[in-house]
Amino acid sequence: MSSSLSTPAHRTVPRVSATFDHYAISEIQRAAATGIYDIRGAGAKRKLPHFDDLLFLGASVSRYPLEGYREKCGTNVTLGSRFAKKPLELKIPITIAGMSFGALSGPAKEALGRGATTMGTSTTTGDGGMTDEERGHSKTLVYQYLPSRYGMNPRDLRRADAIEIVIGQGAKPGGGGMLLGQKITERVAKMRTLPVGIDQRSACRHPDWTGPDDLEIKIEELREITDWEKPIFVKVGASRPYYDTALAVKAGADVVVIDGMQGGTAATQEVFIENVGLPTLAAIRPAVEALQELGMHRKVQLIVSGGIRNGADVAKALALGADAVSIGTAALVALGDNDPALEPEYEKLGTTAGAYDDWHEGRDPAGITTQDPALFSRLDPVKAGRRLANYLAVLTLETQTIARACGKSHVHNLEPEDLVALTVEAAAMARVPLAGTNWIPGRSAYQE
Amino acid sequence: MPVIDLNIVPVRKLNAALHALLPNTNETDWEILNPEGRHAIAVGLDAPITVKIAGHAGYYCGGMNAQATILVDGNVGQGVGENMMSGEIRVAGDASQSAGATGRGGLLIIDGNASARCGISMKGIDIVVKGSIGHMSAFMAQAGNLVVLGDAGEALGDSIYEAKLFVRGKVKSLGADCIQKELTPEDEAVLASLLARAGLTDVSPKAFRLYGSARRLYNFHVDNVDAY
Repeated sequence: MSSSLSTPAHRTVPRVSATFDHYAISEIQRAAATGIYDIRGAGAKRKLPHFDDLLFLGASVSRYPLEGYREKCGTNVTLGSRFAKKPLELKIPITIAGMSFGALSGPAKEALGRGATTMGTSTTTGDGGMTDEERGHSKTLVYQYLPSRYGMNPRDLRRADAIEIVIGQGAKPGGGGMLLGQKITERVAKMRTLPVGIDQRSACRHPDWTGPDDLEIKIEELREITDWEKPIFVKVGASRPYYDTALAVKAGADVVVIDGMQGGTAATQEVFIENVGLPTLAAIRPAVEALQELGMHRKVQLIVSGGIRNGADVAKALALGADAVSIGTAALVALGDNDPALEPEYEKLGTTAGAYDDWHEGRDPAGITTQDPALFSRLDPVKAGRRLANYLAVLTLETQTIARACGKSHVHNLEPEDLVALTVEAAAMARVPLAGTNWIPGRSAYQE
Repeated sequence: MPVIDLNIVPVRKLNAALHALLPNTNETDWEILNPEGRHAIAVGLDAPITVKIAGHAGYYCGGMNAQATILVDGNVGQGVGENMMSGEIRVAGDASQSAGATGRGGLLIIDGNASARCGISMKGIDIVVKGSIGHMSAFMAQAGNLVVLGDAGEALGDSIYEAKLFVRGKVKSLGADCIQKELTPEDEAVLASLLARAGLTDVSPKAFRLYGSARRLYNFHVDNVDAY
């Protein structure tokens, strides 16, 4: 009898639990084996409400479009016009987000500078200070002012084009930095005043100020040191975007940067990346609302980052009220990260092209997130810079394509009225109507 | 000697004038009157000059200083000498939180007490406090020397890297990975030199205890998880 019950005809197919799925089980097993949380790079990988859940309406009887290629559609943006004597004038509203030398190789930083400079936009330093190569190859360079203050010095502050005070980032609002020992080479260690080979954990709070009133005085000090020349950005991870934006404006910021949870990191706990913060889509409208209430929309510029991949994402972020976007992960992919041509090497690392995120380990076969000379010498900064410039050009052309279709002569003329949402969640977050209705959940009642 | 009255001249104008000085300037002695707790006085200097501040200064006095000597005849607010590169800052009174935070070089002398987080994240600066210091001082201190003639508050040197902490008085408690270390003749020489520069020639280096990193947290290990 028992033998007849065990025949295939009497069994259902193996059923994997939706709760304890393969990933959850493998993570429990990994944790039990190692005793340490999983650390990885990149941003949130779970499915989140995102720009994909929005559509543009395009032109219709009431709105007429602009001719592609013939009628002008401006893309320039000025950042820092509120207080700075020398605001940034960028040709495109797409900037390169802060990524450190240390997390990234020297050739990768150089390539970012080359690509961005070709397209007339800015790059940003990271938690490790400014290198001469990076300064030299970036026409417009934003210098991050982080809790660790690694490499911070007045000379670099003065040779920067703007200063970005980092309160947090989307992958880990409330978390500090981390660079594991294998990436702390002699040069990286020297820049950070640390012994070679130790795990470098950056503080999560600034050492000499706490809260918005102190921030105002800190911004004043940085302006005094740099004779009020440099635009001052305040970057926050998306968590309370309405209040954070209002407080940054009150503290005297020229530019507010909001980074959603899809925004990448060089190394953070998986549990942090996937469970703390807001999706980018949910962060834009509250930030814009704060700016509008203060009469500061378009006067204090808003940069949005976290999960920007194509021109549609750029156009949607701008339509929701951002002045510019910032890309990090996408820029690394453009340089050559996760290239399928490297599949045999990704397999040796236990992963696959498209999923590689162990950027903290320093074994990147693409030569980007590594300090190993044998690996980083694989990355040709001229060719990689060209790939980034190509990608930025495509993002810009795609953004213009959509803007023209909506009848806009500048990408900043895109507006929420150009958008509808495919899901109730996205409609509520972006505060645009559910497609085919006039219903904005939380804002208006559904009407037949 | 230029004399600037901050009740008449805005801080912005003062700092701009100090930044405009050339390395070979003969205007080497400046006096600042009526500081009245204003913030960011004499920040970002980079010339071998002496700036005397006649009264109390607010936040970030002497921030990112290089080369200059700044003498404050009063108390200072948060972050005095933050991220200073070189030169010297002397405070005749007390200092608020985060004195000398992230400082990379130079000497900061506080005649009175310093509050919490004195020497936080210090990266090469030397700090001498003639009174006592508050809690969480020298948190994540990377390099440099902190000399305290009085007492230290809770969690001294938490998560410390390679900075050296010399304390003559009592230490309320040590932070994670901070331990007492043997005072070697080399340490004593460094300490004696700092005491002499602070005008404390009658204080014996032997009266101090040295604290530094146990280096147990330099690379993560699950068995040290209680310390995290």
